[in-house]
Amino acid sequence: MQPIESFEAPAPPKVNYINAQYGLKSWLLTKDHKRIALLYLVSITFFFFIGGLYALMIRLELLTPQGDFLQSTTYNKVFTQHGIIMIFFFLIPSIPATLGNFLIPMMIGAKDLAFPRINLLSWYIYMLGGVITIYALLAGGVDTGWTFYTPYSSTYSNSYVVATGLGIFINGFSSILTGLNFIVTIHTMRAPGMKWFRMPLFLWSHYATSLIMILGTPVIAITILLLAFERVAKVGIFNPALGGDPVLFQHLFWFYSHPAVYIMVLPSMGVISELIANFSRKNIFGYSFVAFSSIAIAVFGFLVWGHHLFVTPQSVYAGMIFSFLSFAVAIPSAIKVFNWTATLYKSSISYDTPMLYALGFIGLFTVGGMTGLFLASLAVDVHLSDTYFVVAHFHYIMVGGALMGYLGGLHYWWPKISGRMYPEGWGRFSALVIFVGFNLTFLPQFVAGYLGMPRRYHAYPPEFQVFNVLSTAGASILGFGMLIPAIYFVWSMRYGRHAEANPWHLPGLEWRTPSPPPTENFYETPIVTWDAYEFAPREEVEVVGKFRE
Amino acid sequence: MQSWIPLVPESASTFSWKVDALYFYLSGVTLFFSLLIGTVLIFFVIRYRRRTPYEIPRPIAGSHKLETIWTVIPFVIAMTMFAWGARVYFDQYKPPDNAIEVYVVGKQWMWKLQHATGQREINELHIPVNRKIKLIMTTEDVIHDFFVPAFRTKADVVPGRYQTLWFEATKPGRYHLFCAEYCGMNHSGMTGSVIVMEPREFDDWLSGNTGNVTPAVAGQQLYQTLGCASCHGANGEGGRGPTLEGIFGNVQQLESGGSVRVDEAYLRESITNPQAKLVAGFGPIMPTFQGQISEDQLVQLIAYIKSLHATGQTPTTAASPAPAANATPGSSPTRNIR
Repeated sequence: MQPIESFEAPAPPKVNYINAQYGLKSWLLTKDHKRIALLYLVSITFFFFIGGLYALMIRLELLTPQGDFLQSTTYNKVFTQHGIIMIFFFLIPSIPATLGNFLIPMMIGAKDLAFPRINLLSWYIYMLGGVITIYALLAGGVDTGWTFYTPYSSTYSNSYVVATGLGIFINGFSSILTGLNFIVTIHTMRAPGMKWFRMPLFLWSHYATSLIMILGTPVIAITILLLAFERVAKVGIFNPALGGDPVLFQHLFWFYSHPAVYIMVLPSMGVISELIANFSRKNIFGYSFVAFSSIAIAVFGFLVWGHHLFVTPQSVYAGMIFSFLSFAVAIPSAIKVFNWTATLYKSSISYDTPMLYALGFIGLFTVGGMTGLFLASLAVDVHLSDTYFVVAHFHYIMVGGALMGYLGGLHYWWPKISGRMYPEGWGRFSALVIFVGFNLTFLPQFVAGYLGMPRRYHAYPPEFQVFNVLSTAGASILGFGMLIPAIYFVWSMRYGRHAEANPWHLPGLEWRTPSPPPTENFYETPIVTWDAYEFAPREEVEVVGKFRE
Repeated sequence: MQSWIPLVPESASTFSWKVDALYFYLSGVTLFFSLLIGTVLIFFVIRYRRRTPYEIPRPIAGSHKLETIWTVIPFVIAMTMFAWGARVYFDQYKPPDNAIEVYVVGKQWMWKLQHATGQREINELHIPVNRKIKLIMTTEDVIHDFFVPAFRTKADVVPGRYQTLWFEATKPGRYHLFCAEYCGMNHSGMTGSVIVMEPREFDDWLSGNTGNVTPAVAGQQLYQTLGCASCHGANGEGGRGPTLEGIFGNVQQLESGGSVRVDEAYLRESITNPQAKLVAGFGPIMPTFQGQISEDQLVQLIAYIKSLHATGQTPTTAASPAPAANATPGSSPTRNIR
């Protein structure tokens, strides 16, 4: 095995995927997965900015108990649109469509995804869905909550429900095509020697995510279609006055939308596995357990939707089964956390920005997962459902989990993507600011929730103000922390130090080609003879405990 | 505003301490494990920091023993949480037999409540302490949710059906009532109070609010004006339609085979969609009343049918203050329903 300083790729060539062609057309008609990843990166950043503005408005309104900053109708639209934009147009595509798109072919030693044209098509579908949704927001907005519960959404709301639904419906196909592309690519395009159990865990988690995308997304498409039928054609599906059942909608909605949480967090777990292993120069402890826990989460994730319905007229026995399964699905996530922690034992840990995000992820995701146990527990959920406890819990999973993974991954692979280094000092500083701001925003909401503050309230009783003031203060810090990377990433594209092929000195395939890579990724097809995260010769692999893998 | 920050809301029902106990158990266990993971993580991060730029630590493949340990132990602990939560939930879910019934109709953006003794309230609910209260709830429009944090319980109120919610208050006072399911423009204004009173005060309150007809009496009037009597008999003794006397709580054989227990949901369905579950021996001749009567009227009709449990008995004619503290079963028209 070569020593670590010799994990070096050839010197940077003059021509790479960024400067291979020029002009808008070369970007809009590209079939290169790396360029499509950049198209996605720009688009989701735009949507993240809009969603962030809505978050700012929510926090400003809630600073005081009276509804004085926004009208209640405006506030209802603002929190609805915050949810819709952040979930469907930022979090769901975030890691898969940018980092996944860029890295899956590079990590398996392929030239591109299996279907490059479909990959481009999926970006156009995403943009079409996005444009329609933006139109709906500008035309007057939507006020149903991102959950679109019937019969409010199908009959009573006077807002742009169908137009927004159409945007989400169309956007879903982009997700399905991306998932399909990833699965076929991972099955058929692996370089010689890249066996399944040699794959970086990033690929396992994207494989699991893709399964959810192609199996779950059609269900939300059907649900939105049925909702539109009822709203437009007055066909009785969900409205009891027309002979429908409003709770049926919730079953259909959560059959997709609970697994969708795993679409957001599984890719992030993949990133964290990469960061933990590579920034501690250690192979992942219990590789196969971490790999299979992703698959287990994808499968069991489809069986727990009913825990969103504990206070509806759902049968008490169904509630018990869903509660049991919800506790069961927590176990694979716990296994991941334990294995990541164990990986750090006797390792060599660097404090570079990506690692700070990874450590932050473990902390925040642990809080998110632990508070999930409160909500899986039937009697406590009866008290907590639809309170701020739920709001805090899912932000710990989606922001503390998915977003931290995304930012960590973006810093980690930024040298490969852009060919430039981001400023390390600012990177560490902003990671710290984001961590502090995030906790200050959402920790007080757990307490407010248990005290009974309901979510989606535009005005609230004065005894909850102290928690909301803390939240708003935290959100200001969080927002400030988010602006710093946005500024220095743009800055680094022009002024950043040129990145070497392998700035972190790592064995992964993506680091064995120049930064930025050539259009065809590798000058010659790599032949893989090593396991993932193999920093040292195999003879030295030590087995802890009696059993051998 | 309080000068200190509370961690749990006021405890004012028999569920409060049960839910709080489980909540403290969950908090204790999760805090312990979070701190354990956090401490180990921070220890490793400091202890195994990179000391020289090119050092390579010895690889460790993993350990089936450790994997087994940290799969089984969390699973066992999770199962204790599951079992405890399910146990308390089961109590919350199953309404007791001898509860005082209150009808609740939600609408955008208010709560309309009516006591079996006739008193109507809006956004307020007065109840006696230490008595089991059962709410029979529906809504005129969208889904709402009746949430009293001090009682640690809530339930969605879903259009087109009845949802029950029960509790027993343990401490007099005034408590928040929230709508916890987003219901449109003025969702955050759909709030109110539950006022828990000592039995004597509650009796005073009841007697200070006389003059309302009870739901059962209002239902009797509707029964006549809507023409129900022409088929079901002047006093529910039956005719072309099934007998209604004493029907509530019984099991009816159905024309299509099978049987159904007569509860509020079945009566509601039979009024709004009469053909759905025909009683054996009767034809599909009843017209639907869907859209012709309001949720309030439906509640009143059902209250009337429930009051027809003994031959010849008619409901009390005006709201007489039901003695709350020493009421005996059978003293009000809504007793003996199950």
